[in-house]
Amino acid sequence: MDLMNQVTPAVLFMAALGILLATVIAVAVRRLYVYEDPRIDEVEEMLPAANCGACGYPGCRAFAEATVKGEVPPSKCSVNTAEDNQLIADYLGVSVGESEKIVARLACAGGTHVARMRARYAGLNTCAAAVMAGGGGKACAWGCLGLGDCDTSCTFDAIHMNEFGLPVVDEDKCTACNDCVVACPLDLFSLQPISHKLWVACKNLEEGEQALAECEVACNACGRCSVDAPEGLIEIRNNLAVIDYSRNHLATPVPIQRCPTGAIVWIENKKTIKGAEAKRIIRKTPLPLQT
Amino acid sequence: MSSGLITKLNPARLFRPTFSHGVHPEENKHFTSGKPIERHAFPPELNLLLSQNAGKPSVPIVHAGQEVVRGEPIARADGFMSVPLHAPATGVIKRIDLVPTAKGPRKPAIILKVYPGESQEILYGAPRDVDSMSPGEIIQAIQDAGLVGLGGAAFPTHVKLSPPPEHKVDTILINGCECEPYLTTDHRIMIEQADDLVRGTQIIMRAMGAERAIIGTEDNKPDAARTLSRALPADGSISVKMVRTKYPQGAEKMLAKALVNREIPSGNYPSSVGMGVFNVATTSQIGALIPWRRGVIERVVTVTGAGIEKRGNFLVPIGTPLRFILERLGYKGSAKYLIMGGPMMGDTVASLDVPITKGCGGIVVFRPEDLQQRNGEGELPCISCGKCVDACPMHLNPCQLGKLARKGRYLEMDEYHLFDCFECGCCHYVCPSGIPLVQYFRISKLMNRELKAAGK
Repeated sequence: MDLMNQVTPAVLFMAALGILLATVIAVAVRRLYVYEDPRIDEVEEMLPAANCGACGYPGCRAFAEATVKGEVPPSKCSVNTAEDNQLIADYLGVSVGESEKIVARLACAGGTHVARMRARYAGLNTCAAAVMAGGGGKACAWGCLGLGDCDTSCTFDAIHMNEFGLPVVDEDKCTACNDCVVACPLDLFSLQPISHKLWVACKNLEEGEQALAECEVACNACGRCSVDAPEGLIEIRNNLAVIDYSRNHLATPVPIQRCPTGAIVWIENKKTIKGAEAKRIIRKTPLPLQT
Repeated sequence: MSSGLITKLNPARLFRPTFSHGVHPEENKHFTSGKPIERHAFPPELNLLLSQNAGKPSVPIVHAGQEVVRGEPIARADGFMSVPLHAPATGVIKRIDLVPTAKGPRKPAIILKVYPGESQEILYGAPRDVDSMSPGEIIQAIQDAGLVGLGGAAFPTHVKLSPPPEHKVDTILINGCECEPYLTTDHRIMIEQADDLVRGTQIIMRAMGAERAIIGTEDNKPDAARTLSRALPADGSISVKMVRTKYPQGAEKMLAKALVNREIPSGNYPSSVGMGVFNVATTSQIGALIPWRRGVIERVVTVTGAGIEKRGNFLVPIGTPLRFILERLGYKGSAKYLIMGGPMMGDTVASLDVPITKGCGGIVVFRPEDLQQRNGEGELPCISCGKCVDACPMHLNPCQLGKLARKGRYLEMDEYHLFDCFECGCCHYVCPSGIPLVQYFRISKLMNRELKAAGK
């Protein structure tokens, strides 16, 4: 029974060690217990797990903690549908909160069929690279380069490049996560509540004639929209119409009507409406290169 | 062509100092190296960009409708990192407006309408005795002259001349390498403006309190070295040294290594190892302008490349639009590449309305048929061949940096010393996969800075 004599102490030792460590763990569980609201897990389950950061919190978990604490209403999650947010509100017994849908909007309408090119860019196929190589080939130094950095950056599949090389935002899918705003090297994207229906789709700061030579739908700073709008709503600043959204409640489709180029538009129900006097663009082909 | 061959076969060149790594692009300097500097005509309108230099743009001190004489200051310096701007021609200020720049974005510029019947004599300025001026006064005078690095970087010269007090400068290096292919601006300046160059070197030595100066030139310009050595002062404080022809010998870190065997530590200025490095064009302008209280109003520009009929070296007023120069010199109206600066480090220009700035030493026009085309456009995958590692004069690992940049891991690139890259383009030049590494690095530097700023 030599074998038995050798094995028994080992078994006993392991057993004693096991009991000791189990006691340590048992004590630690009681002593070091941190209470966490179980509702946080539940709320996190109901969130989309997109971790996009559009709500301003670093990820869905942090947002769930904030909603449970009552810091923010559930409606601040722009990815969830209104019904899902209502579920969270019902679960927590709070009001869902008022929140307006926010979408990304592009301040440029110069597709290849209306905006002139002065050179052909053939380098690395991203906007960030083109901006650094002589600013890309577009005649307008402020306009969209159409190489789709925003499209690549969008994790919600909400941005698609159209046939004229301009990104189109799918307002249903857009969660206002800010990725495209960061990706665009020309800062053309911005997040806008959908109640901002009056919109200037141009950033060209060139004076009238020069701006039109670069792009047919540029703002030529004629000032008609500014005159037709309630006082203080639209101002011409540095050859560009600028809307003061603090007076957005005064906005109507009237100022867009006399715009000769259609640079100022009215966006309602996902439709972009140009004014009655805006020139019609029927061309579908790209404009020739103009040096 | 034949002189280039002789230089290459000359056994003496093997003993000339140089730096390790680098590349040997085809020089193509023979098109213009023998052509004397010619004065170019004044255009009807000059577009004088307010941001000619690295640092802060100048502030206009003229208004629309004001008449100015050639050489008169029209914009003042905005602080220390800025220089004033002088009128390159007699005329009238039309307006202050946005004009296209070589880098892309439109920037404010003073538009000057040149009087056509004017003699364009420089009426501004008065002689002064430089020898009785204190170093501080010389540095102030150099700022007032609007001098910036005319070699291309356009860094304000007076800032270079004022190193931190703990740095003791003993040696001045005058950079006449001109390692960029095609360009012959500095070559012609060394031959034709040797006296101004020596005068400028002496002024810089006085301003920085240095005992000696070395003018360094590549051994493909023996005629320049000969002319310069004849113009040197008798006291032996200035010498001319030839270095091996290799790109990028003209970078200040490479030149310091080759001429005085000193390494400039990463992220430091040459003054930290007791040196000041100045380009020959800048130095010769110092010698020509400072004794006369004048400002920089024109510069030598090499216009070359197969897309140009009349190639040569021209004295061009600052602010001349590219279109005016090209049309007068027989530009055929289409180019695959239009480069301001040298073909290795210059900026591809996307508009013919870009004006000449103080930093622009050359215009190179390539037609599509002049360029060696790779089969299949675009970039191929990196095969980790290591050619870029062998070419990088800074001994970086462009291959690894490129892979990180492609994945968007910009912050990790710090570990591979991204900011030691000075964008010479050697890695892209040798890459068999045609990966535009420098373009990647430029984006990376921008993104890296943005990410760090956002992280703070």
